[in-house]
Amino acid sequence: MQKYLARRFVLAFITLLSVSLIIFIMSRVSGDPRHIYLDDYSTQEDWDRMGEVLGLDKPYYQQYGLFLKGAFRGDFGESVREARPVTEVVIERAPATLLLGGVAFVFSILIGVPLGILSAVKRGSWMDTLGKLVALIGQSAPPFWLGIMMIFLFAVKLGWVPPYGKQDWNSIILPAITLGWYYAAANLRLVRSAMLDVLDSEYIKLARAKGVSSRTVILKHAFRNALIPPLTFAGVTIGALVTGSLVVETVFAWPGLGRLAIEALFAFDYPLLQGVVITFTLLYVSAAFIVDVLYAYVDPRIRYA
Amino acid sequence: MRRLPLIPIFLLSLVVIAGIFAPWIAPHDPEKGELRDRHIPPAWSGGETAIKTVVESLSINDRGSSVTLKDALEIDSTAQIGDQMEVYVTPAGSTKFLLGTDHLGRDVLSRVIYGARISLIISIVTLGVGGSIGIVMGLVAGWYGGFVDEFLMRLVDVKLAIPLILIALVLVITLGQSLWIIVTVLCLFIWPRFARQVRGEVLQLKHMDYVSLAKVSGASTARILFIHIFPGTINTLIVVATLQVGIVILLESTLSFLGAGVPPPTPAWGSMVSEGRDKLAGGVWWTTTFPGLAIMITVVSLNLFGDWLRDTLDPRLRQLE
Amino acid sequence: MATSTRIQTDVVLKVEDLRTYFRTRWGTVKAVDGISFDLRKGETLGIVGESGCGKSVTMLSLMRLIPIPPGRIVSGKIILDGEDIVQVSEKEMSKIRGSKIALIIQDPMTSLNPVFSIGDQVEEAIRIHQDIPKRQVMSRALDVLRKVNIPAAESRVKDYPHQMSGGMRQRVVGAIGISCEPQVLIADEPTTSLDVTIQAQYLKLLKDIQKDSDLSIIFITHDFGIVAKMCDRVAVMYAGRIVEHGSVRDIFNNPSHPYTEALLASVPKMDQVVERLFSIEGQPPPLHDLPVGCAFADRCPVVMDKCRMEYPTQATVSDGHTASCWRVGE
Repeated sequence: MQKYLARRFVLAFITLLSVSLIIFIMSRVSGDPRHIYLDDYSTQEDWDRMGEVLGLDKPYYQQYGLFLKGAFRGDFGESVREARPVTEVVIERAPATLLLGGVAFVFSILIGVPLGILSAVKRGSWMDTLGKLVALIGQSAPPFWLGIMMIFLFAVKLGWVPPYGKQDWNSIILPAITLGWYYAAANLRLVRSAMLDVLDSEYIKLARAKGVSSRTVILKHAFRNALIPPLTFAGVTIGALVTGSLVVETVFAWPGLGRLAIEALFAFDYPLLQGVVITFTLLYVSAAFIVDVLYAYVDPRIRYA
Repeated sequence: MRRLPLIPIFLLSLVVIAGIFAPWIAPHDPEKGELRDRHIPPAWSGGETAIKTVVESLSINDRGSSVTLKDALEIDSTAQIGDQMEVYVTPAGSTKFLLGTDHLGRDVLSRVIYGARISLIISIVTLGVGGSIGIVMGLVAGWYGGFVDEFLMRLVDVKLAIPLILIALVLVITLGQSLWIIVTVLCLFIWPRFARQVRGEVLQLKHMDYVSLAKVSGASTARILFIHIFPGTINTLIVVATLQVGIVILLESTLSFLGAGVPPPTPAWGSMVSEGRDKLAGGVWWTTTFPGLAIMITVVSLNLFGDWLRDTLDPRLRQLE
Repeated sequence: MATSTRIQTDVVLKVEDLRTYFRTRWGTVKAVDGISFDLRKGETLGIVGESGCGKSVTMLSLMRLIPIPPGRIVSGKIILDGEDIVQVSEKEMSKIRGSKIALIIQDPMTSLNPVFSIGDQVEEAIRIHQDIPKRQVMSRALDVLRKVNIPAAESRVKDYPHQMSGGMRQRVVGAIGISCEPQVLIADEPTTSLDVTIQAQYLKLLKDIQKDSDLSIIFITHDFGIVAKMCDRVAVMYAGRIVEHGSVRDIFNNPSHPYTEALLASVPKMDQVVERLFSIEGQPPPLHDLPVGCAFADRCPVVMDKCRMEYPTQATVSDGHTASCWRVGE
């Protein structure tokens, strides 16, 4: 167990390092960072002093060290567009993303897991067909298009919910469904196929032979085993949630980190973009780590490996 | 044995044919349009009409209810001042533009057809390059095992953990928007899937008798890997590749939607959806709906076809995502 | 054998004309097509046949675990302890399963749930059927595990299946089977994936338990070696029917159905050198398309015209030994 978690922790750490390295290389490839802060009217002295402050007179590996040191202290420099520390802007925007991601996650579990179980248990029924449809749309419809179509239908034509922004409680419905659908579809497919395999297994037959009722067999014996494959893939699906939040926040003008990343991108606000990318990676890595712990909890074969 | 998925195969062939023969099929130039043709709805939808009075010249007060004699004569040469006549407020669809036109008067149908071409090119190149990298990595990792395997598989894990779309955005802003950047990013995205699959197969195949036999008879490692082991993985790879094309198309359209994809005015499905969405509130639904539908239909068909292939070629892969 | 002289009232399980059919796209599969047998107290009955002969479906029918749909027990009676369990509700049946009739499954490697400790899995079997406090459930579970010779049972109850060897897991499955002191235990190929010494140990253990508790056992197997070691009586199944039925001695000394003869001939014997293992030519007929006459006719070395016209009636070979073949009594 400790060995397993230590391994996952090291992996998370390597991921963060790799992302920071990519970001650092990109920032140097894109040109002299002084261009961002100084304009054409700056003197040579300004230019040199700035270089000293940013550590540009040192070799590249030392510059990367400085960058890492700053990142560890939560210091990503100043946002060019907002003219204030990047960390401040990121902290301001993070809650909206966490809220949206959380609601979408709950939505995906509430839809995906029960529908996956029902599709497997009632294989071939209308439930199964419905499940297949939900999964197919979630897997195949581009989320940005799904979001736009839902805005058109539910906000523009029917006027049930606001089309964009974060105002009333009901403004989160459409973005959360759009973001959660893909994840719900993934959960549904995984739970269904795992459940089918499990229901076919000898240990389920033995549990039934012990006299366990079919209901208990499904909810206790089968369910816990059927959770293992979705958890195995959770790392990948959480990655999709990060990608999704970029798109969904753009479509719905949701004031979170995803939209911030796009804004920073098109404002050429490099320090801000760095901060957002690192924050996203950190969020992702922590979420994946929590999933790994859960995984070990559900599957004793991991716990006692 | 499952039935051949005829509808998905038909739709996929449609997309492929559209992509290959776009210049001959498309009724208009996908990148040029007349501004006076902007926002024409699809052929089957009628325009909205209103009854208006013909007047000499418009004053601010009666703009909504009147029409000038000059305009009226263009519609009906017998029109006179004071007449009541039916006038189109929004244009009706015409058979000239079957799926309507966008905000620059470009034919949506032609753009959707050319969009298939972009998706086709990107998919083929990405699969070719990214797939080959993944296959070689998987062969090497599975065959040598040990440290090499460990290193390559950790690389796969790290890749799965990096929010690649953000890296893609950073790349695009740093190096500029181009087809090659997108293909590079997509290759980075898909190779681990192939590597993992091939590695798993190699681990199984390398203990087969015919492989040991080849080894004993002195075949080189490269020969064993490509002549003896690789063919055994082809069925699986076909399935993986089919399902990956769907993912590649979705990702490419997402990048294009975010403005980091194929540079305009090249008609990519994702950027068409993005361009049209501002006008949606004004009732211009066709410029976003059709390219989005094209993406969805293509990916749905690929998934259904891939599922069928998987069940037919390699039932062991049922769990494959 | 001593058991065959026991009186009729000793019968704990009586199966009468049991038919279990499956509806498939190729037609109705008659997996079990009119089988009847008795099982007496403390007796071991072997049900023998090739794979696909209907013996596993018989086992599932006895447990009422046929997947519905596509399967269904279309007719017949299964009288256990005076009650026809074909007729009882699913709810009542789940009370009977595990307490009166229990099952030991084929593969010890896959028949335990990987996510629960073995203690949990044994305790669950006890808890379902006995309304006793948790402490007592735990001590009962320990007793049962000791009974199947799990060394250091107290410390192993917290183990998970993947931490145990195949032989140990098989013992745990056995422990679950006997945990509620059932009257009938069905053992479905219980030793196929174990090596020979572990198999022998396990079979001896089952015999000892049987002696202690007067348990009746049904062995479902294709292995005549196990039958010889374990069983009092044998029923040979072919294409969903019992083709020959008698005491082990009768069947081994005087096999009267050509199929039984062929099966016995295909058992490798330690004490003789064989050029080639005898195997039965051909395949059993598909169960959805059975011939009118004897299902073995196409593979039978002594087939007659009559065999293809009409299914043979059950003929008595000797007292307690019957066979369904036209050759018997000729």
